[in-house]
Amino acid sequence: MVKRVVVIEDEPNISEAIRYILTRNGWHVDVSPDGVGAVQSLCDDPPDLLILDLMLPNISGFEILKQLRQDARTQALPVLMLTAKGQGADRIQAEQLGVSRFMTKPFANSEVIAAVDELAGVK
Amino acid sequence: MSKSALTGTRIRARRNLRGLRQLDLARMVGVSPSYMNLIEHNRRKVSPELLVALAKALGVSEDALAEDTDSRLLEGVRAAAMRAGAEMAELARIEEFTGRFPGWANVLAETQARVERLERVVEQLSDRMSHDPYLGEALHEIISAVTSVQSTAAILNDADDISPDWQARFHHNILQDSSRLAEGAVALVNYIDAANDTETGLASPLEEVEAWLTRRGYYLPELDAPENVDLQGLVTGQAELSSSASRSLALQWLGRLRDDARALPLASFLAAVKETGCAPDQLAAQFDAPIDRVLRRLAMLPQAKMHDLGAPRMGLVICDGSGTLIFRRPVDGFPLPRFGGGCPLWPLYHALRMPGQALRVPLVTDGRLGQHFLSYAVCQPVSAPDFNAPPVLLATMLLVATGRDDGSLFDTARRVGGSCRTCAQIDCTSRREPSILIMSAEAGDASREPAVLQG
Repeated sequence: MVKRVVVIEDEPNISEAIRYILTRNGWHVDVSPDGVGAVQSLCDDPPDLLILDLMLPNISGFEILKQLRQDARTQALPVLMLTAKGQGADRIQAEQLGVSRFMTKPFANSEVIAAVDELAGVK
Repeated sequence: MSKSALTGTRIRARRNLRGLRQLDLARMVGVSPSYMNLIEHNRRKVSPELLVALAKALGVSEDALAEDTDSRLLEGVRAAAMRAGAEMAELARIEEFTGRFPGWANVLAETQARVERLERVVEQLSDRMSHDPYLGEALHEIISAVTSVQSTAAILNDADDISPDWQARFHHNILQDSSRLAEGAVALVNYIDAANDTETGLASPLEEVEAWLTRRGYYLPELDAPENVDLQGLVTGQAELSSSASRSLALQWLGRLRDDARALPLASFLAAVKETGCAPDQLAAQFDAPIDRVLRRLAMLPQAKMHDLGAPRMGLVICDGSGTLIFRRPVDGFPLPRFGGGCPLWPLYHALRMPGQALRVPLVTDGRLGQHFLSYAVCQPVSAPDFNAPPVLLATMLLVATGRDDGSLFDTARRVGGSCRTCAQIDCTSRREPSILIMSAEAGDASREPAVLQG
C-alpha cells in the first residue's frame, strides 16, 4: 500500500521539490500551503508522516505540533520539522512538543528522503 | 601599590633619559635630594604643582607623568597581560615595564583597546543578527530561496528520466528563486550599508536618539540655560533624528532632562557632587529630589566638568515595566545589548520588582577582564494613581565605574553580563538563551549550527 505524507510548507517551490522527490520514491504526497484547518483534517485522516514548516502564515508550526500531540489520533504521528530557524531554543521547543526529527534549511534531498523513510519505518 | 607609584618610576626613567642626576633634578624643581629620592622610589605622592615643575624640567608634558595617564596605561597593559594568560606575563613587573617603556606600553594598551572595540562590534553584530526583526526576516527569505534552488537543482542534476514538463517547471522555479535571492541579497546589503554609513534610515528610533546624544556627548547645555529652551528647535534638523518617531522620542526625553536640570541646577549640583562625592542618596536628600532624578542627572552632566571633579565614568540604563530598555547611556567596560533585554541579574530588574526600594549593588562584568561598577537602581511610578489602571513604572540604574582598589565592597560583587547572547557564564542559572561566545569556543563541534545563520 502506498504511504501518504502531508507537507505543510508555505514556500511553493520548496513544497514542489519535496513533492517530486518523495513521489519518485513511492510516496503519495499532499501539500498544504498553510496550517489553518490542517490539524482537523490530519486528525480525521492521519497520514503516515507529516513534514511541517515552522514559520507559516497565520499559525506557527509549533502550535500545529502542539495540537496534534493533544489528539489521540495523531499523538504518535511521525513529524519532520523543516525550518530556516535553526536556533537551539527552537530545536529544544520542538523536541519538548514531541517532534520526531528537526531539520534545518537548506537541506540535501537525500537527507529528507532518508529521514522520511526512517521515520515511517520504510527502511 | 598606590596609583602614584608609577609616576615616580616614570620620573626616574625620564631623568635617566635626559642624563640628569637625581641631585640636579631636585635642585631644578626646588626639593631636597632625599625627597626626590623618595618620590622616584614611589614613596611620596607628587603634588600637582611639583608635577608641573618636574614636567618642565624634564621637557615632557604633564600628561606624560600624570597619575591618570599612568593608571589608564597600566590598566591597558594589565588587560593585555590578562588576555594573554596571566601566568605567561611577568605581572609582578608590569609597573616597571610601563614606566621604563611607556611607548611600547602604549602600543600594547592601544592594541588591547582595539581588540576590545572589535569584539564589541562582533558582539553587537551577532546581537543584531539574533534580534533585529528585519534582518531575521531577510535571512529567512534568503535561506528559503537557497533551499528551493538547491533542492530543485539537485533534482535536475540527479534525475535522468525527468519529463520535459517537469524540467520546464523546475527551470522556471530556479529562475524565480534566483531572482528572489538576488533581490534579497541587494536589500540586505543596502540595509547593512545604511546602518554602517549613518545609523539612520532603518535604525530604530531609540538608536537614532542614542546616535544623536552620543554626538552631543550626552550633555545638552541648552537645558541648563536660565531662559526657557525651545525643545522642538533642539531636535529639528538633526541628521541623526531622521524619523518623526525618533524626534518624538527625543522630545520626550528632553522634557524629562529639562525638568531634571531645573530641579537640580548645574552649579549647585556640581558643588554638591564635589562635596559629597557621587552618592545618590545624599544628593537626593540634599536637593529633596527623587533618587531616579538624581541618577539621571549624574549620568547626564558635562563630562569635562565631571573629569575636573575627579568623578568616575558613569552609565545609565532605564527600562519600562516590561523590562524593555528605553534609554541607554553607555559606559566603557559595561556591555549593553543593542537589541533585546539585558542580563537578568542586573539590579535594574530587581528594582522593577520592588518599586520605591533603592538598591546599591557592586557588580563585576563577565569575562577575564571583569570591570568593577557600583550600581544604583530604583523603580518609580511615572503615572498618577488610577483606580482603573496599574501604575506606569520606570526602573533606572546608574553604573559608576570603580577601580580595583575599593576593597571589601567588591568581595561579594555580583557577576553580570550584557545579555545572555554575549555572556560566557555557562553555568548561570538565569540564562535564557545560548551564548555565541560559548558556541564560538565549541566551534570544533561540527554538530552545532553556524551562529550567523540563526535568523
